[in-house]
Amino acid sequence: MYKYNAFDEAFLAERNAQFRAQVARRIDGSLTEDEFKPLRLMNGVYLQLHAYMLRVAIPYGTLNSDQMRALALLAEKWDKGYGHFTTRQNIQYNWPKLNDIPDMLDALGEVGLHAIQTSGNTIRNTTADHFAGAAADELTDPRPYAELIRQWSTDHPEFQFLGRKFKIAITGSPNDRAVTKAHDVGLRMVERDGEIGFEVIVGGGLGRTPMVGKVIRDFLPQPDLLPYLESVLSVYNVLGRRDNKYKARIKITVQENGIEKVRELVEARFAERRGEFDGTDQALLNEIKTHFAAPAFRSGDISAYDAAYASDPVFRAWADTNLAAHRDPNHAIVTISIKAHGQTPGDASAEQMRVMADLAQEFGYDELRISHQQNVIIPHVHKSDLPALHARLKQHALATANIGLISDIIACPGMDYCALATARSIPVAQEIASRFDDLKLEHDIGHLQIKISGCINACGHHHVAHIGILGLDRAGVENYQITLGGDATETAEIGKRTGPGFAYDEIVPAVERLVETYLAIRSGEDETFLETYRRLGMEPFKSALYPEAQKKVA
Amino acid sequence: MARPFTPKVITANDLLEGDVIYFQADNSWTRDLAQAELIVDEAEAQLRLLEAEKQNIRIVGAYLADAKAGPNGPEPVHFREDFRRKGPSNYSHGKQEAAAHV
Repeated sequence: MYKYNAFDEAFLAERNAQFRAQVARRIDGSLTEDEFKPLRLMNGVYLQLHAYMLRVAIPYGTLNSDQMRALALLAEKWDKGYGHFTTRQNIQYNWPKLNDIPDMLDALGEVGLHAIQTSGNTIRNTTADHFAGAAADELTDPRPYAELIRQWSTDHPEFQFLGRKFKIAITGSPNDRAVTKAHDVGLRMVERDGEIGFEVIVGGGLGRTPMVGKVIRDFLPQPDLLPYLESVLSVYNVLGRRDNKYKARIKITVQENGIEKVRELVEARFAERRGEFDGTDQALLNEIKTHFAAPAFRSGDISAYDAAYASDPVFRAWADTNLAAHRDPNHAIVTISIKAHGQTPGDASAEQMRVMADLAQEFGYDELRISHQQNVIIPHVHKSDLPALHARLKQHALATANIGLISDIIACPGMDYCALATARSIPVAQEIASRFDDLKLEHDIGHLQIKISGCINACGHHHVAHIGILGLDRAGVENYQITLGGDATETAEIGKRTGPGFAYDEIVPAVERLVETYLAIRSGEDETFLETYRRLGMEPFKSALYPEAQKKVA
Repeated sequence: MARPFTPKVITANDLLEGDVIYFQADNSWTRDLAQAELIVDEAEAQLRLLEAEKQNIRIVGAYLADAKAGPNGPEPVHFREDFRRKGPSNYSHGKQEAAAHV
């Protein structure tokens, strides 16, 4: 993985020193809050309901064990002993004190992490497939390109004051695990005539106006990545609206002007910009690529895995849900669920972070990933090590076998922390997970994604959930709307609203009715919830949700 | 007919700690909503907010929040202010944690 050079280290140290001075000037009164706020936001510092919040980028979701230990250190030394992994592969600390944040940033800097551009109207942390570099279905590792984008976008003078935030996601696999179609720009690596390039998708996004992105360029040669991205950003910067915050994202620019018009402008700008790139970016890319060379995967007997799989049902259940196919047949990708039933989705304690760091060092070539689904991944584990790894996970409440199941819920922080939230998300997720764990139905139900947002900004990705839940404030009371049929993958779709919302104490029973209905009407155990919904549509689920309304019509 | 004025408290976040604070009648700040000044007059509310904002060097984002009189002092009207008064519901952190240690 990428290791900072002397330039990176000096840049970050300088930036952290600047922020330290800015904090001091705010505290001594030289800066007003209006002056300080944009400065703190550029460095990932929010003020939330109960405290400040520090959002740290985990670039393209990749980190090593030392970095994970640094995250644990921050949690323990300056926070309340835990951190919250988010849907954009960041980690958030919910309780830092303003005075401590410069020290926290310095501690991060020591391991090559930062909070730059995790907020504000800039290009945010570029997210990537969390199985990048490991997945069996991958064409090529997208992370060198993500790192190139990180370096290009960090402090890019033209793009520090965009009309609105700008999010890029990248995947090197045909199976999209990075939600590329719901980003301002999505990059999917594709092959044409033996050459690998990018399919560029633009104008996707969730929030109050959810949209699936449109293809603006079906094949972009690799060397054109930065000049083309710069052209997209440049056109957006000029054409995008600044009169209305809610119409400022590029999805609205594309909607209002049409993809053809945007494409035409981008291509014209690209013709101008391309010549300005003299090959330095490609030299840099080649250097970056050397950092991402795959580890030397060891070979060896995997009979220990086969034996444990055959004899230990707990291990087998975990292996069936939490392992994914690795490009090396003797290895597996391990997803560690940080969603034990009843716990806060995405939260890990400092101790758990250290355990995961140790396991990555011991069994995983020192690599870890954070997924947008708020779990932690050890991407390369030799299969013979899996029983030992699983045993260690069990000791630390990290062996929950629920990846892809109904309790593997995405939830934003919601009203429990977020200043923008209109309702709580976390307790709804906790109760759904606990309820289905009590019913012991989870494995029968199979693959089902529930995603919960506590406001219309949709950090919890509810629009692209099989069952999406949106928490709103209706006349001073929490109210939850349900959407069905969303899809976050390469076949992305925005879910459809079922009808009126449900009160806080009605939402879990409502989800239960949906699931009971699915179990009753699915064609067989192999048909997933989403497939059943696509086959039969909204009606059977609506009848289950609103029995009273159905009676009235009848 | 004009709607009756809902009583208010002035609330903000502390600059250094970031936690929730409330404005008191003597122009100081408290961590306890029950100790806050309950403002029942609309014109007075705006003047008191201006007074509170004079202390912007130590506080962030003062605003008027709906409140009602309770037996022990002001109480929140909206659930958002109730969470700000107590802390999150997934852990016993925030003000509820401090209260548990008294």
